[in-house]
Amino acid sequence: MPDLYFGATTEATEDERAAVAEAISGFGAVTIRESERLVHAGRTRTRERRHLLLPALHALQRAAGWISPGGLDHACAELEVPPAEAYGVATFYHLFTHEPPVASDTVHVCDDVACRLFGAVGLIEDLRAEGHHVQASPCLGQCERGPAVMVQRTSATDLTITAIDQSSTVGVSPLTVQEVAVAIAEGTSTPSVSLPQTLPSVGAPAGSDGLRLLARVGVVDPTSLEDYRAHGGYRALEASLAIGGDQVIAEVSASGLSGRGGAAFPTGVKWRGVADQEGRPRHLVCNADESEPGTFKDRVVMEGDPFSLVEAMTVAGLAIGAEQGWLYIRGEYPVATERLTHAISEAAAAGLLGANVVGSGKRFDLHLRSGAGAYICGEETALFNSIEGFRGEPRNKPPFPTTHGLFGEPTAINNVETLVNVLPVVLMGGEAYAAEGTERSPGTKLFCLSGRVVRPGTYEVEFGATLRDLIELAGGLPDGRVLRTVMLGGAAGSFVGPESLDMPLTLEDTRAAGASLGSGVIMVFDENDDMVDTVRRIAEFFRDESCGQCVPCRVGTVRQEEVLVRLGRGSTIDNERDLLDDLAAVMKDASICGLGQTASGAVRSAIDLGLLASVGTGAGAGGSGADELGPNEGSIR
Amino acid sequence: MEIEEADVIVMWGSNARNAHPIFFHHALRGVANGARMWTVDPRRTSTAKFADHWLGLNVGTDIGLAHGVAREIIAAGLQDDEFIANATTGYEEFVAFVEPWTLEHTSSVTGVPAAAIRDLAHAYAMADKAQICWTLGITEHHTGVDNVQSLCNLSLLTGHVGRRGSGLVPLRGQNNVQGGGDMGALPNKLTGFQDVEDDEARAKFEAAWDCTIPPANGWNLTQMFEAMERDELKAVYCIGENPVDSEADATHARAMLERLDMLVVQDVFMTRTAEMADVVFPAALGWAESDGTATNSERRVQRMRAAVPPPGQARQEVGIINDLAAAMGDDSWGQPTPEELWEELRTVSPMHGGMSWARLEAEGGIQWPCPTEDHPGTSFLHGRLWARPAEGRLAPFSCVDDRPPLDVLTDEFPLRLTTVRALDSYNTGVQTEHYASPIRTGEALSISTTDAESLGVSDGERVSVSSRRGSITMTIEVEEHLAVGLCHTTFHFPETTDINQITSDAVDPKSGTAEFKAAAIRIDRLPVGMSDPLVADPSVGAPLVGKYA
Repeated sequence: MPDLYFGATTEATEDERAAVAEAISGFGAVTIRESERLVHAGRTRTRERRHLLLPALHALQRAAGWISPGGLDHACAELEVPPAEAYGVATFYHLFTHEPPVASDTVHVCDDVACRLFGAVGLIEDLRAEGHHVQASPCLGQCERGPAVMVQRTSATDLTITAIDQSSTVGVSPLTVQEVAVAIAEGTSTPSVSLPQTLPSVGAPAGSDGLRLLARVGVVDPTSLEDYRAHGGYRALEASLAIGGDQVIAEVSASGLSGRGGAAFPTGVKWRGVADQEGRPRHLVCNADESEPGTFKDRVVMEGDPFSLVEAMTVAGLAIGAEQGWLYIRGEYPVATERLTHAISEAAAAGLLGANVVGSGKRFDLHLRSGAGAYICGEETALFNSIEGFRGEPRNKPPFPTTHGLFGEPTAINNVETLVNVLPVVLMGGEAYAAEGTERSPGTKLFCLSGRVVRPGTYEVEFGATLRDLIELAGGLPDGRVLRTVMLGGAAGSFVGPESLDMPLTLEDTRAAGASLGSGVIMVFDENDDMVDTVRRIAEFFRDESCGQCVPCRVGTVRQEEVLVRLGRGSTIDNERDLLDDLAAVMKDASICGLGQTASGAVRSAIDLGLLASVGTGAGAGGSGADELGPNEGSIR
Repeated sequence: MEIEEADVIVMWGSNARNAHPIFFHHALRGVANGARMWTVDPRRTSTAKFADHWLGLNVGTDIGLAHGVAREIIAAGLQDDEFIANATTGYEEFVAFVEPWTLEHTSSVTGVPAAAIRDLAHAYAMADKAQICWTLGITEHHTGVDNVQSLCNLSLLTGHVGRRGSGLVPLRGQNNVQGGGDMGALPNKLTGFQDVEDDEARAKFEAAWDCTIPPANGWNLTQMFEAMERDELKAVYCIGENPVDSEADATHARAMLERLDMLVVQDVFMTRTAEMADVVFPAALGWAESDGTATNSERRVQRMRAAVPPPGQARQEVGIINDLAAAMGDDSWGQPTPEELWEELRTVSPMHGGMSWARLEAEGGIQWPCPTEDHPGTSFLHGRLWARPAEGRLAPFSCVDDRPPLDVLTDEFPLRLTTVRALDSYNTGVQTEHYASPIRTGEALSISTTDAESLGVSDGERVSVSSRRGSITMTIEVEEHLAVGLCHTTFHFPETTDINQITSDAVDPKSGTAEFKAAAIRIDRLPVGMSDPLVADPSVGAPLVGKYA
């Protein structure tokens, strides 16, 4: 390999070599020694294989419990990546470790905003006391049944462990150390659909069951292609092949469907832009890196109805003329990953993917790629870099993905929920789809209800339902609890107060109110919850997840967290307001990507609502007594 | 650098990654722009590791491989008939001449798989812009000129010459070796490549210089040593050359220099040749200590500027030469400035005629030929072949025979030794031995795993290495994947390992270049009990952790 310096003093183990070989099989190493007189290698082969670096790193971590220097060197030799560069990639991700493992299992416990309401901090202490190797984790996307645990295992698949039914034990940790130990010993994840995810009685279109996206979740066997077909699966692909790609895009445009990942960009416009790049290789990417704190809707779809996403990606890929589809799923979703991997292989075996999709003569290959613990990789260009085997740092835009996306080629990148919406669009026709919901926000929307509600979970409603409707769908607050605030749209969204309960949750109404639907997060807090701690956790989240590429975000998120810590220790908002204003302005104006641009949103809204105003009396953080928060209620109303 | 525009780059007998690292950056830019790169070399060099395809041919079979590629191009009908008809001569004879070089026959001679020869032929012929770059792997053979001509045949067949982005690229070793030739430092050329034996040209120079120029070609370096042996050559003024270390068969070279009545050496360092000299003139470095011009591989004349005064007694070379002339009785030479010398040059060398000193300053560099002040310079040569009809002399195909190296392999000397270069050292080390380098590992004889096993020698072992000329002691380095029967070594540290004691004394009669690339050697284990203590070896740098691969 050219000009590569390998500094490791240890060699890769047999296990590590085998794991890397399997991870890059199908492509093979860069250098092919055909004979002692003929060797093929070169920059083209190197470039074509760079995207195998992330799978190779996963393979090393899985095989040895860490990215050992010898293992890293071996992967670099096979892929001809400079080891220093690969080290930079490996250390970018939370789920890769760089010290010899202290235990074969690492227990990641979510202590993010939702889970810490339900005893996450105590669970961490209890698990440590029992000798588990525990790491506190940012949101694991199990907010409806927290506190959540993800067990990262060596030489075995990872596990997700949560409470099975939370509805009867609100406010108390339902997950015990014993349950975690049993689950690890048995090697089983908690069954994925634990709650009624939908209540069609409110906001449902007349004459239907009300469910477009969740109709099969909890109904079909997620491992059976046959069962999926029996429940209407693959009819949309048939229909789309019958009408042709251009017409599919026309229907999507007519439907008014817009991106469900948070940015709400019109899907038809995006697809048209990519389809028009004729003559260039094009890609379809599904952004399943669902990492926004409080968000779990995509996980519910992927775990409960994985074939629908495979079908939707096929429809989308054929429509825009992409031959390669990439499904990038966050590394903390082992169950969804396993089911999608299975669904993809089933679909490929049935001729629903591959060189000749359903005899259409068109190719569509689907590659699944796992993230490795990096919120920033949900940003579309960071996600491209991550797939390509580079650090998941966002790129400057323009150029936009429609012309320069994955591998610098035209790419349509869509959220999971956006893509599965394409199935009803194709089946119903764009106009019929657009008739549902509101004029500016057609169709249905998935909302993630968590926090202080009786039945947390994923709810699908027609656009137009109010915040109050959604909270009532989830059973309202538990008896005796009084709503204090709602985190709307995730950590990158904002807090709203009770005065916003009658706001319709549409793109236009939330925008008018200066809020955002974001990824559909509705996290409810009551008057007893420690908002200073919650907001500080949000600030900590952004500081931890900032990729560090640009100064405003790298430094600004640190300064912001420091302010929140000071507030918890007795400083007052009045002392800190100027600094927070400056930080917010700089991060918003000068950050490269949305992370820095939105990192101050929740903090600012919390201040504006007076959620942090009660502290600063010298009482210190951590207090959550009603007395302390009492005076604040008046300021909200 | 037009290499950045090529679609196919063939590095043939060139380890540019080590020997021409700056050029190679441009080649890699070409690769980044989408070019496919082939390397043809007996070893999988560091250059080859960047290539899409490496073809490992037997040492000294370049002509055979070129003929095989040519025949395949013709057999597949991929030749450029229009260009051939317009610009070349001897095509029909050439077609008949290479007819025996089928893929199978070529493969059996060169060791390169037939399919790989075919792929190279087709890729080269079908590329829009293709370049063949070579260095000493082509020229340091007794068939060096023939080797070059066999590569020229390929460019004539396909029209990959005289067009922007396409061409034949001999890579020069020194930053100003081209400039030396341009100025007439050749036995058969006057300044500007005008023939010594051309009466008209000579008369022009005689008028300009007010002197008489000997009407016959001079000797090249090899011929000089032959003349020393005949005692015809009795005095040598050696400028910037270190033949004691650089000549093949160094023992012989040293003996010849000792026969001289007078040896004068002018150099920037006290070389081993200078140590033998009767008189040594310490000279300023061309780089950083001298004002003037340098001409690079792509014929680009650039201004050089002195940044520091030369140390000690070292002087500008022009001053040394002119004072020498005065001491010999002609004080008319004076002490011209570099600019005055340049302006004089322009009056006698038409290809430099348009390059005024002011233009060189202003434009940063101009490629010759540049005959007039309004001429922009010439980015590539031989464009005349594309005129309809072609201008000037048509380009001939060359029916050159494939002849193996003269130092033949026998049971007594069964291994093929070829000399190579390391990235951080230059030739005999005169210009590089004073620098520390973290990647310098010293001299070693690399041999294949198979040969090491059959000889019973191991990595790091000191062994005796012998050829028909002599015998030296070297350290073995076992190299995985090296071709069986092939050995290689650098020659950067002659004071500790004098490789040229054993290199071949065969010479290309057409160029005078020695066949450094193909010696026949034998490796013997040192007798038991006879240790060869590794003396403090200045060639060995700091110890390395890990290794370069």
